[in-house]
Amino acid sequence: MEESGSVDSVESLSKDVTYICPFIGPVRGSLTVTNYRLFFRCTDREPVFGLDLPLGALSRAEKIGAATSRGDVSYGLVCKDMRNLRFVHKELEDSLKKSAFEVLMKFAFPVSNNMSLFAFEYKQVFPENGWKVYDPLAEYKRQGLPNESWRISKVNDHYELCDSYPAALFVPVTITDEELRRVFSFRAKGRIPVLSWIHPESQAAVVRASQPMVGQNGRRCKEDEKLLQAIMDANAQSHKLFIFDARPSVNAAANKMKGGGYESEDAYQNAELVFLDIHNIHVMRESLRKLKEVVYPNIEESHWLSNLESTHWLEHIKLILAGALRIADKVESGKTSVVVHCSDGWDRTPQLTSLALIMLDSHYRTIRGFQILLEKEWLSFGHRFQQRVGHGDRNHTDADRSPIFLQFIDCVWQMTRQFPAAFEFNEYFLITILDHLYSCLFGTFLCNSEQQRLKEEVPKRTVSLWSFVNSQLEEFVNPLYVHYPSHVLFPTVGIRHLQLWVTYYIRWNPRMRPQEPVHQRYKELLAKRAELQKRVEELQREAANRTASSSSERAGSPTRSITPVQTFV
Amino acid sequence: MLSLGSVGAKSTKPSFVSYVTPEEIKLEKEPPKIEKHPDLLPGEVEFCCANPILKYTQDDMSQRGIFGTLFCTNFRVTFISDEKSQEETTKTFKNKLYGENDIPLMCVDHIYGVYDEKKKLITGGLVKNKYPSKMIIHCKDLRVFQFCLTFTKEEDAKKIFQGIAHHCLEERSLKCVFAFSYSGTPSPEMQRKWETILFDSPEDWTQEMKRTRANCRLVTENENFELSQRLPKYFVIPSALGDLFSYQGKGFPIWCWSHHSGCALFKASLPPVTQEDGDFQKHLDIMLNAVAHNYLYSAKTEDLSESLPTIQDIQQSYNKFKQFFLIENSTDFWLSDVKWFSSLESSGWLDIIRQCLQKAVEVVECLEKDNTNVLITEEEGTDLCCVISSLVQIMLDPYYRTLMGFQSLVQKEWVAGCHAFLDRCNHLHQKDKECHSPVFLLFLECVWQLVQQHSPAFQFSETYLTVLSDSVDVPVFSTFLFNSAHHRESVMKAESPLAQSSPLSCPTVWDWSVQFDSKAQNFFFNPLYSEKVKHEKAVRKAHKPKHQRQLSLPSTAFKPPSKKGFFKDETDSLKKILRVKRLSRWMGSPDSPAATTRGFYESWKQRPLDYHGLLLPCLDGPAVRVWMQRYLRWIPEVHIMGGGSVAVMTKLMELLSQVQDLKRVLEQRDSSQAVKLDHRPYIQHRLLSFGSSGRLSSSFPFAYSRNRSFKPIIPTGLMQSLMVTDSLASQEDEASSFVSLV
Repeated sequence: MEESGSVDSVESLSKDVTYICPFIGPVRGSLTVTNYRLFFRCTDREPVFGLDLPLGALSRAEKIGAATSRGDVSYGLVCKDMRNLRFVHKELEDSLKKSAFEVLMKFAFPVSNNMSLFAFEYKQVFPENGWKVYDPLAEYKRQGLPNESWRISKVNDHYELCDSYPAALFVPVTITDEELRRVFSFRAKGRIPVLSWIHPESQAAVVRASQPMVGQNGRRCKEDEKLLQAIMDANAQSHKLFIFDARPSVNAAANKMKGGGYESEDAYQNAELVFLDIHNIHVMRESLRKLKEVVYPNIEESHWLSNLESTHWLEHIKLILAGALRIADKVESGKTSVVVHCSDGWDRTPQLTSLALIMLDSHYRTIRGFQILLEKEWLSFGHRFQQRVGHGDRNHTDADRSPIFLQFIDCVWQMTRQFPAAFEFNEYFLITILDHLYSCLFGTFLCNSEQQRLKEEVPKRTVSLWSFVNSQLEEFVNPLYVHYPSHVLFPTVGIRHLQLWVTYYIRWNPRMRPQEPVHQRYKELLAKRAELQKRVEELQREAANRTASSSSERAGSPTRSITPVQTFV
Repeated sequence: MLSLGSVGAKSTKPSFVSYVTPEEIKLEKEPPKIEKHPDLLPGEVEFCCANPILKYTQDDMSQRGIFGTLFCTNFRVTFISDEKSQEETTKTFKNKLYGENDIPLMCVDHIYGVYDEKKKLITGGLVKNKYPSKMIIHCKDLRVFQFCLTFTKEEDAKKIFQGIAHHCLEERSLKCVFAFSYSGTPSPEMQRKWETILFDSPEDWTQEMKRTRANCRLVTENENFELSQRLPKYFVIPSALGDLFSYQGKGFPIWCWSHHSGCALFKASLPPVTQEDGDFQKHLDIMLNAVAHNYLYSAKTEDLSESLPTIQDIQQSYNKFKQFFLIENSTDFWLSDVKWFSSLESSGWLDIIRQCLQKAVEVVECLEKDNTNVLITEEEGTDLCCVISSLVQIMLDPYYRTLMGFQSLVQKEWVAGCHAFLDRCNHLHQKDKECHSPVFLLFLECVWQLVQQHSPAFQFSETYLTVLSDSVDVPVFSTFLFNSAHHRESVMKAESPLAQSSPLSCPTVWDWSVQFDSKAQNFFFNPLYSEKVKHEKAVRKAHKPKHQRQLSLPSTAFKPPSKKGFFKDETDSLKKILRVKRLSRWMGSPDSPAATTRGFYESWKQRPLDYHGLLLPCLDGPAVRVWMQRYLRWIPEVHIMGGGSVAVMTKLMELLSQVQDLKRVLEQRDSSQAVKLDHRPYIQHRLLSFGSSGRLSSSFPFAYSRNRSFKPIIPTGLMQSLMVTDSLASQEDEASSFVSLV
């Protein structure tokens, strides 16, 4: 079928299936299951009703109730993209033929069935190769690195010291690889403090890490202390270093019981520790679950606001944005370097660093820059996408699942709301990323780390989401975008200015769908301008030709018909 | 630890900020000040003044402020800084009547005094005794001012406090309102070309009837208010209505608007309930019958006082709601941020907005889908009737979505329609609280919801609505000053100086040049308005061919109505006279009215969008929102530097001016053809200069952020906000080994 090329093959086709739509009631039609998606179509109603869902979006599928006396089979599908579907159909007479449900279970959870994800079979060719979008060295070079204070270290070249970190790491020049090796054993999962971003003027750096393995006895590590001192020294503008611990202080302290903890201000001179009070993956998962209850399928009008509040979803968004804002403020206004960590440094840490980077560096607000940001802060630094999303895994109760990345995209969306002209991409771009986070069509969000992706040869065997996106950029461009290279964005994090992302979370509700997106009008305007510009140029050229040829023809000037352009001004 | 942001961040412009705390000030050492006086408006008189007064800069607890002089005049309370402010002069959106530090007396909502750290509401009684150390003024446009009175001489402090309290809080007579002293000369050439229709002459009404093809009768018998002083001077009634001189001028079905199908919307006050119930009923029957005769013998009636909140409910809800925005300091702000959504919900304000829009949609459905005449009633017929009828007309008639159309609508339904602005807005600080209610504001709120949901359908902008809502409390305009047309005429006559035979020259609010220069008025227009492409001599709306009106059908031919649903069941006696047609869907529908209009909304939504056709609001929870511009504009904590809708506006204006420049180039290029090009009235979308700074705050064009350093606003007390009590919070991220969750 169009998008997936010839690879996606029909595995099951059942006629006379009823889809129980929560909005328009039962709909009868045919259900097709391929090895990539589920496709329901009903032609006998106006307008034609269709449902198209990549199987990767399924989190859970189960039969509801026992087969009734009439032989009806009913099953419910819980999706990762905020909807639930329910189908009913007659039990097949031919018991040899596999039922649609069995086929569905097989292809929706290939990992549990020892099959490979569809991304490895998808062979669509796009004009651009998205795997080439991110080149770590080129990105660091853009930031002016290496320089006299920061060097690239090859100590993790083969992922020996930290399997969840990228190969290329930037560290202060004053720290030797030998010293780094010691730091690896002191930081949780070996995720040592390394540079994420450096301020082009003040040289204040954003550094990310995992928690130090302080433990109950207050272990110290000389090299770790030296490393943080070196990070501070690399920035001549400030004699302080801020350590942002994303966790609530209670949780950080509780981690000491398990060998973790946080930097003591005694051991780390000139460092100030700040807790950002962001909760863990379990709290976030629970919050999203509540949110889904509140928005799907129907919204209870009279208690909408208090229901929304009870999910705490926007409060979590507020805390994350507030944390990122404090980081960005320290770097921009305070010209101070910062170290950001949570427990393992792969969930809250990338949320915070990437949001702070978006605030600080306009490059990350462009379409390509945002792709680089995701590739760098999320993918190369080992956000555990496989675990958090659970690609192709039927174990929907897995406690490692959590909507951390969705939350980050939501924060970005909040910023695009507040700064409608500061981002090159539009809302559709963000929704597309989220849809393909689950779809398993592209290789981009597969696996847990750079090392795993290389081992699985993901870049060789799959297509990158960016290949698809960058081959049709015009779909994703914000027509209002103004490029202000030096602007730092400080969003306001008051909950009064945060909104529920209705067009994502409630998009399945037909009543909430906008009839005509307003950006359509912006686009029209841009098109109009382009059209007029072209016309003016044409006329100018013609006029130039005319004056050049002769002036005697002036009397009988050719009457070209100009269609008056309609404007809406 | 982290006391960052808030202290340095929102500091005022260094040029006129005093960074010393009050304690550090030694009055004796202050150099003598040069006397400053406000630029008085024509007719404005200064009552009293005091110096030095410290005006706190609202944004933090540090008690910093600006020293200056506080004045009270017959128009406003005004604060003039000792230092020169350049900001006022550079504003592009400057109100000519009052500035940032002026509070028109009518705009004062509440005054609080701080006595020994305790905040007390000032009422008439308290004034005599003591003056407070700090005076806090809450304005109706949601500004909050805090003045420290302890630096000035006791005598002056007392005088200014009592003066302000007296002029702002005491009950007074209409004569004292500044509008009757104001002698500003109208600027004739400033008026925009197209005039707002005021509906104060028979011609205006005839014209409106012609425009909507109404088949009704203009009543001129009330020209001298002989029928009733509560009725408009001129009004339109169903042509079938006979005797006018009964029932003390109450209970007339007054025509509002006619649908192109022929059916029409009427509103009425309820006839007086007198001795006999029968009379009341008989009158109702006559009313309905007359309405039904208008088109196809069909009529529905709806008593709004039964299905919508009362004006007291509205008042109470708004009082709760506005408190969330009268923020005195940063701590309050972040504290109230925590329970924001549930507080919002508990005020019920958004719900009232939803109910009004819902009701309007129900009426629209009757007119548009069922082609039934509709009569809405209410005790007085000038409160919720005005809200609903105006909303219905905006949804159905694109003319009212233009700026002039909208203003004409306000004139028609509200001003000429005798909404009791004086009582409802409490312009005179009457003790009787029963009659106060922000009904007109509620209407503007509903319109704002429509504007934000369907902005290309409206010629005017959100800024226009905000300015209009402010203008209600500017005591210069006659528009919102009276309780009825009769009231207006009698007061205007009485107040006009005898020497001149002409009545007083009180400008109408629609003369925007009184408040804003033409450049600032450009902010009133929505740059994305999709103007209807006009065909040759086209009427605003392509009318369908007129329905065949069957005026003489025998009434027995219709089935008796037995409807359920929300519209009031007609009484038995009525059923005999009146046979209501086309009610089948209502009859059969056991659903709530909300559910039935849901279907109407959904089927409308499936049609292709036409900004010049019917417009319906989405009323689901997330769709009804807070009017951010109006309510958040003065709160520095929520100003988005370089963001907000102004960022879009800037870009749009730039685009539009480019498009227009290009068009102009084209026209010049081909002047022989130019005649055929655009000759529509040209709304000046000149590129607005948004100031040179380049980055504006989201509160633009209202509050100018003094925060030029683009420092972020860091929330305080975050931890209080989120108490996750369940066990999840204490779990480890890598918890797969011991967590079992569903």
